[in-house]
Amino acid sequence: MAPPAKIRLSTTPTRQDLEALRLGDIVHLDGLMYTAREGVYKRALEEQANIPMELPRESAANFHCSPAASIDADGSFRLGAVTATASFRFEKWLGEWFEKSGARLIVGKGGMSSATYKKHFVPNGAIYLTTVGYGTGALLGRGVENVEAVHWEKELGLAQAMWVLKCRDMGPFIVASDLEGNCLFERENAKIAENLHRAYEGTRPAVLKRYGETDDRSDELIG
Amino acid sequence: MIPIDLIQSTAENLMDKAAIEIPDDYLSGLEAAAHVEDGDLSAFVLQAMLENYKAAKEDRRAMCGDTGCPRWYVKMSNEAQVQGGPVALETALRRATAAATNGVPLRPNRVHPLWRTDHDNNVGIAAPEIEYGFEPAPGGEWIDLTTVHKGGLFGTDYRMLFPSDGIEGIKRFYLDSLVAFGKRGLSCQPAIIGIGLGGSKDACMVLGKRAACLRTVGDRNPDPKIAALEMEFKELGNSIGMGAMGFVGKSMVIDCHIEVGYCHTGGMQMSVHAFCLSSRRACARIWADGRVEHRTDPAWFTPYQRRETVEWPTALAAE
Repeated sequence: MAPPAKIRLSTTPTRQDLEALRLGDIVHLDGLMYTAREGVYKRALEEQANIPMELPRESAANFHCSPAASIDADGSFRLGAVTATASFRFEKWLGEWFEKSGARLIVGKGGMSSATYKKHFVPNGAIYLTTVGYGTGALLGRGVENVEAVHWEKELGLAQAMWVLKCRDMGPFIVASDLEGNCLFERENAKIAENLHRAYEGTRPAVLKRYGETDDRSDELIG
Repeated sequence: MIPIDLIQSTAENLMDKAAIEIPDDYLSGLEAAAHVEDGDLSAFVLQAMLENYKAAKEDRRAMCGDTGCPRWYVKMSNEAQVQGGPVALETALRRATAAATNGVPLRPNRVHPLWRTDHDNNVGIAAPEIEYGFEPAPGGEWIDLTTVHKGGLFGTDYRMLFPSDGIEGIKRFYLDSLVAFGKRGLSCQPAIIGIGLGGSKDACMVLGKRAACLRTVGDRNPDPKIAALEMEFKELGNSIGMGAMGFVGKSMVIDCHIEVGYCHTGGMQMSVHAFCLSSRRACARIWADGRVEHRTDPAWFTPYQRRETVEWPTALAAE
């Protein structure tokens, strides 16, 4: 089969750029991208610290990522592999983050739900790109031309700091949501769910249930 | 006497190899999976991973940006003595972990669970884990160092099952674990799946994790009935209809390894552990005469590690 088309996309994309993308397209990024996950969200949104970049003019691409990197004694950065962390955990900060950052691309691992896309992404004209694998850390690391800055390293540590990466043909990423809020992973899950019962034939539930399998705390969980 | 400096320098080297070089057995397993995968997105993912392994080796950079939680498995021959003793050994392994985190570089993943304090070196309270094993090996003075950098978030679960759950209950929990963490590819499949059966709760987790991290693709449990179960579970996992990243496909399990331990007569503990697409492990044997032999098969599970009875022949001979 033919390999999927590869599309070059700016980290400050126009609406037209994003309209052209389809679920499952393969994208490579050019421009500045910054990492922001729970540490940056808490600091910028809950502690109201000033974001040390001009967003979204400098970058409209938020990477849910901690790189494998270190800072040398002379202050220079060494960056090896780069991969994303699972994004579903950051949903509670996203509404406010979009408002503050003007992000158009959220780049991470595993996407979010279509409900989140419709609630937060669609009104902000944003889409989600997922990393591949996971993870193609060495390939993505090759796509980082330079580390432009590392903000809040002292306050948040290396893993949670805000890394500003200059990307050139950085990829692959897969388009996991579109401007209408459709979700690639939910589409795939629905196809898989149709046949899941076949694998489960000849199995049976455990004799002792667990809370979580029932939310009725008066349930004795046996039988 | 095994020189302590050699232990530390070898350990640093192992940290580097584990993060950068995909073990041959896993690579062959993934190539075989890529060959049969016909889901278009899943197949793209597997090809991208194969390119990624090449890029990592060419550039000497880590395969994955999440370089996992480094840990150590130390095995000593019965006659091994380490210069400076066990405290010096643990210090050397902690130093090597910190030095390699900065040197490779690795991601400093380890933080305090409540205060989120990050030493930026993957060392902290109870980190890295260091586990020990011993081997009779008469006449040999050596120490085996294995480092495993397993991912730390998804793909592992434990359940207290009972004999009446039977094989049907074991299969159900196995599938539940694969499906739950397989969606959206959270467990970074296809992976080597390790299953622990029996033991006490903690032993069950330890056995399952070691089954995933310390046995190579194609290795079978010496109990022929357990070996058959391993093959059956591999096929079962690959028949879910799910592949890499939770896309439609047929590659979830590169291999399945089962380890058992004797348990309470009323119980049948079970744990499931998914290693990942980067399956980071590296091993070396250091001899007292200064020889260092590198390999990717930890060869942890020997007849001695799986011993069933009170006595062991070489122990008897020594008396």
